[in-house]
Amino acid sequence: MQALVIVGHGSHLNPGSSDPAFAHADTIREAGAFDEVREAFWKEEPSFREVLRTLESEEVFVVPLFVAEGYFTEQVIPRELRLEDWGDENWDSEGTDADHVTLDAADVGKTVHYCGPVGTHDSMSDVIVERAKSVAGDEDVGSVDESHSSARQTESDGGFGLAVVGHGTERNENSAKATHYHADRIRETGRFEEVQAVFMDEDPEVDDVAALVDTEDVVVVPLFVADGFHTQEDIPEDMGLTADALDGGYPVPGEVDGVRIWYSGAVGTEPLVADVILERAADAGADVTDAIERVREQTGGAGSTGSEGSRSERETRGSQAINGGD
Amino acid sequence: MSVADELVDAADAGIDFDGLTVEPYRDAYRWQTAEEDAVLTAAELRERTDDPYATNWHYWEREVEGRGTARRAFLRWVEGADVELTDGSTDERADDLPVPERYEGLRGGHTRTWGELAVTVVLSEDGTRRYDVRHEDDVGENVDAYTDPLEARHLVKHDDDGRYRPLSTAPTLPHGWAFVDLDAPDLVQTVEYVYPATVANWWREQNGDLDVTNWEETAERQSGIYQIVEQLDREALEWAVEACCVDSQCVKRREWDASEDDELEAPRGDGEFPCREPCSVFVSAARKFVTLEREESREYTLELTPAEKEQLEALVDAVADDSTGEIREADLNEPANRYRARYLRAKRMDEQGFTGTPTYPEDHE
Repeated sequence: MQALVIVGHGSHLNPGSSDPAFAHADTIREAGAFDEVREAFWKEEPSFREVLRTLESEEVFVVPLFVAEGYFTEQVIPRELRLEDWGDENWDSEGTDADHVTLDAADVGKTVHYCGPVGTHDSMSDVIVERAKSVAGDEDVGSVDESHSSARQTESDGGFGLAVVGHGTERNENSAKATHYHADRIRETGRFEEVQAVFMDEDPEVDDVAALVDTEDVVVVPLFVADGFHTQEDIPEDMGLTADALDGGYPVPGEVDGVRIWYSGAVGTEPLVADVILERAADAGADVTDAIERVREQTGGAGSTGSEGSRSERETRGSQAINGGD
Repeated sequence: MSVADELVDAADAGIDFDGLTVEPYRDAYRWQTAEEDAVLTAAELRERTDDPYATNWHYWEREVEGRGTARRAFLRWVEGADVELTDGSTDERADDLPVPERYEGLRGGHTRTWGELAVTVVLSEDGTRRYDVRHEDDVGENVDAYTDPLEARHLVKHDDDGRYRPLSTAPTLPHGWAFVDLDAPDLVQTVEYVYPATVANWWREQNGDLDVTNWEETAERQSGIYQIVEQLDREALEWAVEACCVDSQCVKRREWDASEDDELEAPRGDGEFPCREPCSVFVSAARKFVTLEREESREYTLELTPAEKEQLEALVDAVADDSTGEIREADLNEPANRYRARYLRAKRMDEQGFTGTPTYPEDHE
């Protein structure tokens, strides 16, 4: 038997914090690749400390639903899971390279394949692009190919810019590394006219996003796991989309200093993140090839056919509901 | 394979389960229970597939399976049957009855409580069991029915007043729902989503190997912003446990102490399932208590009437016991009544707090 455990932060205050973990776990359950799928949290239950004992499987794949490497992935989670012989040397990472390591969990005698966080996996770049498509309600968003006139459904002739927002913090340099990593990867695809990494707590700041990009349209995607205070209040207010997000939400798109800002909310809620979780487990040796295909069909990820249109529609409606009808 | 085929197949290897023994005997089978000792041909044995002993064997050994698992032990506990421990012995239960008598009780439904949950098992015609789980107060009530265990995650996230429940085992389980007609795996999964890890830890306790992590060890392990919880002194730890870890706040039974040889005085609680380690809510609370304990006591001079002093005490109690909602709007005899609190504030407090009594006198010199 093999089990998948998705470990997230959770919250004592915000009930929505665990929703993305639940949603992605459900998608993966339906795909049927694992005998058991369980969510576990630092601030909710089951705790990291107790989750492994709730499983009957002897082999467990643990995927952190975190955006960056750092304190949680390197200290808290391995310690709380009681992973024997864990040490920084277990994965040789510069901040975005953590892949997986196989260790024993001391209290339960299970084999744990401990994976790098969802946020630094290469396929997260695709999820960010997917998110940009959903929020603009346009499959071709960002494409600067002249033949795709629908890509510029707005008055802009300059194509779309993309800003990936990280939290950023002086206490953990890896937090910014993950954001830069995906911004760089997406920039290299040439899909967007311009790609910027911006931050809440360090330069360049998300407050200045309208001035930082040269395009008239910019999609802003926060590299955050869950929607909450930061993504639903701080960031839209900092960008100048709204004076008070709690009172009336924010418009999508909203105009700031002549720039149309298409704000997406946390990328971690994108259905395709389930696919990234499976990719992490697959990289660690889980037999999930068929499940990845099924999940892609369901979430409309790369390689799927036919479901894209309806999914984009659903996502757009979802954004509007969250944002208060604008 | 039909039930009859499975029975004959198992009888060839020998069955010894829940008071039923079947084994090959000459060219036939010997069937032994508390009530009967018979020799049956294979054809006669096949006719026993509706016998309670046979359906009971089939349910546990061919449907539930999982000997030695917490899941199976919990399901056995629910219907009051003996629990087979991991060392091969049996935890014999006072209420374990011979199968035919146990069946009598299961036909009409047998209910046990688990925290605030009532778990009911009902025997089906063919000897399988169906389960129902709901708030214990809702037994016999007509409530919204659910069948997918995953729904439990969202249903129990808020209490009856719509407040978020960060602690799964807080005694604030909402009412008005029931998971009905569940099979065994779905029952266990539902319980797991309402009270995570409680079955696993209860099972460890049943086997005498619950791994308890006491406060000292938990505190020492903390890092980052929680590193300071180590500084919670022994007396404050006692207060913290009294505040957070009693029956009125959590349905778990506390098994951890200050350290292995230092028991805490606060009652452990009467819960069916154990708490093996301070939880994240407790650790967060401890962090706050540490920062509060850093302040030295000061003397303040307040002018209050005796009734006003009692009123302040009643206000603290009302918040601590979450009873402010029970105080009637116009009950002015209740010291924690809102109008009385507002009157006290109007009379005795200004922007600085209590009039004429600055919190930090040095800022006012």
